[in-house]
Amino acid sequence: MKNNVKGFLYLLPAILFLLVFMVYPLVDVVVYSFEEGYNFASQSFFGTGLYNFSYVLHDPYFMQAVKNTFIIVIITVPLSTGIALLISLGLNSIKPLKELFQTVYFLPYVTNTLAVGLVFMILFKKTAYSDGLINMVINLFGHESIDFIDGPYWAKMFVMCFYTIWVVMPFKILILTSALAGVKKDYYNAAKVDGTSRFRIFYKITLPMISPMIFYLVITGFIGAFKAYSDEVAIFGTNLNAAGMNTIVGYVYDMLYGDSGGYPSYASAASLILFAIVFTITVINLTISKKNIQY
Amino acid sequence: MKVVLEHLTKKFPNRNKKIKGDVIAVNDFTFEIPDGKLIGLLGPSGCGKSTTLNLISGLEKPTSGKVYFGEDDVTGLPPEHRGVGLVFQNYALYPHLTVRQNIVFPLENLKGKDKLSKEAMEAKALEAAKLVQIDEYMERKPGELSGGQQQRVAIARALVKMPKVLLLDEPLSNLDARLRLQTREEIRRIQKETGITTVFVTHDQEEAMSISDMIVVMKDGIFQQMGKPQDVYDKPVNLFVAKFLGTPAINVFKGFVRSGKLYIGSDAVLDVDIPDKEVWVGIRPEGFIVDENGPFKCKLKGIEVMGRDTSVISENEELDGVTVRSIVPSDTAIDTTKETVSFSLKPYKVHIFDKTTEERIVTDAEA
Repeated sequence: MKNNVKGFLYLLPAILFLLVFMVYPLVDVVVYSFEEGYNFASQSFFGTGLYNFSYVLHDPYFMQAVKNTFIIVIITVPLSTGIALLISLGLNSIKPLKELFQTVYFLPYVTNTLAVGLVFMILFKKTAYSDGLINMVINLFGHESIDFIDGPYWAKMFVMCFYTIWVVMPFKILILTSALAGVKKDYYNAAKVDGTSRFRIFYKITLPMISPMIFYLVITGFIGAFKAYSDEVAIFGTNLNAAGMNTIVGYVYDMLYGDSGGYPSYASAASLILFAIVFTITVINLTISKKNIQY
Repeated sequence: MKVVLEHLTKKFPNRNKKIKGDVIAVNDFTFEIPDGKLIGLLGPSGCGKSTTLNLISGLEKPTSGKVYFGEDDVTGLPPEHRGVGLVFQNYALYPHLTVRQNIVFPLENLKGKDKLSKEAMEAKALEAAKLVQIDEYMERKPGELSGGQQQRVAIARALVKMPKVLLLDEPLSNLDARLRLQTREEIRRIQKETGITTVFVTHDQEEAMSISDMIVVMKDGIFQQMGKPQDVYDKPVNLFVAKFLGTPAINVFKGFVRSGKLYIGSDAVLDVDIPDKEVWVGIRPEGFIVDENGPFKCKLKGIEVMGRDTSVISENEELDGVTVRSIVPSDTAIDTTKETVSFSLKPYKVHIFDKTTEERIVTDAEA
């Protein structure tokens, strides 16, 4: 008993910290979401109920944000994981210059977001002087320039997905190359002696062996993509609603601090909806991965 | 299928780039493995045994030299076309597949006219599993099996294609002592039943001697000796082979020959018919006879009773090592209060080696 008290005493600083900065705000968010018209300054509200949720779900900006977020998630998570797997397989099978390539692929991970944003500007942005590098290539093939930043929705979404995939790739490559390097050479030698084809080796040995890591990347990738916001700002600026490129987290931010902000109740409701979505998807992911990782 | 290695050499580039030159893992190997025999490839760690095995399997390409299976030159063939079965030291069973799936795996790779129906594969897998007595665990994953059982699955997987040559790379080193004993007899039985030419790599001389038809001893990539285990033990070609075979190890003394007598220190221990020279004298532990009037005197340190026999521990200034270990019948009377113990020697358990070349000097009596 005495030992227990001592133990909790040691834990006290961490527990206090968590209570103040994690538990209390979490509870507060739930409370806000049920309070109608809550006001920071006067600390007052009209009543309680599901009104905030109803408002958010009927807000066209929110529905646009949900749509954008889902498109980003559905396109970038599988694509980035798949491409990262291909690149890792390539890296794993070459010997010369392997380290150089590994470094090159890892660079985006250590590069500043604003610097990356600048690179994408040069690539995609139309200015008074140039239509951007990508448009120069498009022009070369005899097509009209496309405005990727202020133009049609699909063009903006393309840039957004391109950017997201590019940004999340290094981490995935890092994880997958180490997972591939962790597969014992004896398995491949055994397969080779038995005359296994390359495709079968990949499908029957490599893939199952690294499947725990792939599932890890898919799960964290889903969560990360659902929380997308800063990347959108880096490309389209802070007024995401006007650009039609807002995300759920962006909507929450706007509701709190944006030009039309000052509505903590709506922000809380929106973030709880996001939580419900992420929670559901993660549970589904975990169920699938448990079924497929067999050792 | 006999296997012939001809001037087989394998060099690896040195990993430390500062050191020029290659590491020679296998150096000019030439020997023939007779059809249907079990061969133990024996040597200390890092002597190139596994590389030799990989050269036979085709996983490594030789720098020079040839490998023949029967009359066919297979040097350029990739492993899958050689028809070898390979059992790895750590078994390399696919952990996500069941025992059945593991054993069937090589059969599923067959293409074209060799392709088997599902039923035929199942039947073959079951046959192989029965041979190694693992058929009751077909639906388990390797992680749910003991080390010995995993070992059997690995052997079944190597045998299921009916390879021409079965290669075992340190197959027993991950097992505990008891299981090792049992499994090596299993391997012997399976080899006898199938009649497949088998090469068995080990650093454990007892293991190799106990089950092999022939053993090949190698050191630093160089072939030392090949022969029946007893012959190699009784007639080692050099000091290295003599030291490597036998537990407890052979006792090696500095000695010299003067006018037909072999001396260790001041003791003239044996009559020999070789010219005067400095030599190494190797005496097997069982070559000592405790004899009060014996010519060879050592300082008695103690005895260890083993039950079946007794170890006499003693010291001698001329010894190349720490203690002289001799094994005598347990009914030998030894007075442990005395400071010295006297031995006479069994001549055929005494080997004499040249001081510089360390080659064994064959005495006329033996020839």
